[in-house]
Amino acid sequence: MIDLQNLHKTYNAGQANKVNAIQNVSLSIKQNDFVVIVGANGSGKSTLLNLISGNVLPSSGKIFIDDKDVSRQPEYKRSPAIARVFQNPFSGTAADLSILDNFRLAALRTQNKTLKIGVNQNFKNKISQQIAQLGMGLEDKLSQPIGSLSGGQRQALTLLMAVMDDLKILLLDEPTAALDPKAANVVMQLAQQLTQQYQLCTILITHNLKDAFTYGNRIIQMAEGKISKDLDATAKTKLTQNEIFNWFS
Amino acid sequence: MEFYLNAVLQGLCLSAMAFGIFISMKIFNIPDISTDGTYTLGGVISGFFISQSYNGFAIVGLVMVGGALAGAATGFIHTKLKVNALLAGILVMTALYSINLSILGQSNLPLLNYPTLFTVLNVFQNPTQNTLFIVASIVLILLIIVSYVLKSDFGLAMRATGNSQTMVRAMGVNTDTMKIIGLAIANALTALSGYLMTQLQGFADINMGIGIVIVGLGSVIMGETLINFFAITSVVKMLLTVVLGAVVFQLVLAFALSLGINPNLLKLITAAFVLLIVGLPRFLFKKAE
Repeated sequence: MIDLQNLHKTYNAGQANKVNAIQNVSLSIKQNDFVVIVGANGSGKSTLLNLISGNVLPSSGKIFIDDKDVSRQPEYKRSPAIARVFQNPFSGTAADLSILDNFRLAALRTQNKTLKIGVNQNFKNKISQQIAQLGMGLEDKLSQPIGSLSGGQRQALTLLMAVMDDLKILLLDEPTAALDPKAANVVMQLAQQLTQQYQLCTILITHNLKDAFTYGNRIIQMAEGKISKDLDATAKTKLTQNEIFNWFS
Repeated sequence: MEFYLNAVLQGLCLSAMAFGIFISMKIFNIPDISTDGTYTLGGVISGFFISQSYNGFAIVGLVMVGGALAGAATGFIHTKLKVNALLAGILVMTALYSINLSILGQSNLPLLNYPTLFTVLNVFQNPTQNTLFIVASIVLILLIIVSYVLKSDFGLAMRATGNSQTMVRAMGVNTDTMKIIGLAIANALTALSGYLMTQLQGFADINMGIGIVIVGLGSVIMGETLINFFAITSVVKMLLTVVLGAVVFQLVLAFALSLGINPNLLKLITAAFVLLIVGLPRFLFKKAE
């Protein structure tokens, strides 16, 4: 699904404050994979995610999504295949728009936004049912601005919005960092459920080692822009939480 | 009474521009100074063609295309050349001054002897009633069109662009294109206000647009106060509050003039009034925070 070949990313090339954020990373991720990436601050995790989403373009190397070379494609061209959930709950939703309007946009992620009125009763009923699954009681508040909800609620809705339209890759960039433990749990379990239900290829960046231990079927540790550990499903099940802790000492 | 009715007419004529400012300021968060230039552009294009005895209705398309091109230029300079939005607007406004002067050929063009929008169509006998009817109808049509566009899927993408660019890009929207189109629409509406005002006043003037962006801003901010106060989420109602803001603004200026204030001080009063409505809520709610 995702193929990274000899990827390099250098910021401020040729200047004193040059940063080699990603150095010669090659990585292949399959459909149905739930990959957890851990690593210290500045190890290149977020840059790697940004390279995959197209938010940042590589200095050299190739990125293939579904065997298609997307290395030079800007983010909005790649978004038909990719959905992202950001660390900041405010980034993933448009605060002044209602829940319903946000979902309408999400439902059109891979399509053109035309001058048609898409928010009708039919659409409303469909979204209402989807949101009811969350068990947060939000299905009655569809016309409320999404900005009036809590961070946890917004993050859960962002996840649900991701699967509103045809999706292959789900990128989670510390989605629970700003949430309380209970909300974080809800969001992580929803992420896992959606990954299985829609057969997604999910990449999770986290500093929460308990989450890194609990979720996913592959774990990667990054350090100084390189992949320093890469454990598959069998190796990950043998891993203990303490061992992951020791990676960081 | 006639005096205040005229203020209402002016307010309605300026509503189109207020819709434009609503789009650029409230939706995209871009303070679009090019408004001063495109308002005059709308005025001088109308002035030129009406003085050539063209029908007032026929040139409406031309006026809006002119405004849209100017707005798109501001958007292009801001998004593609990465120039600060304020500076992009000032650049276009400055350039438009020369363009406007070239179109008009002189600094003031009286149109009193030519047929205008308000004299061609006669629904009522009384000219003031007739004008009111025509202007109100135009504002109503604009209100319906603009609110339809903002409620459509395209409009949702536009509104989300001002809210969270990260989110909108992830939804497959090119935010640069969105801003360029948005500013084009906003300035087409602004030019339309210049077009209406020129025909209402019976002349086009090269300086008619000076400070007009402040009037639009004031109208939108007054509307916004109502929007926040009543927690309005419907687009139609939001636009209605903007129209109301534009009309009230002109009524306040008319009231100031009726008190015998020197007309030379009108821009000072306008600026002070806008400062008041921007600053007052902050000042009043400061204690509550």
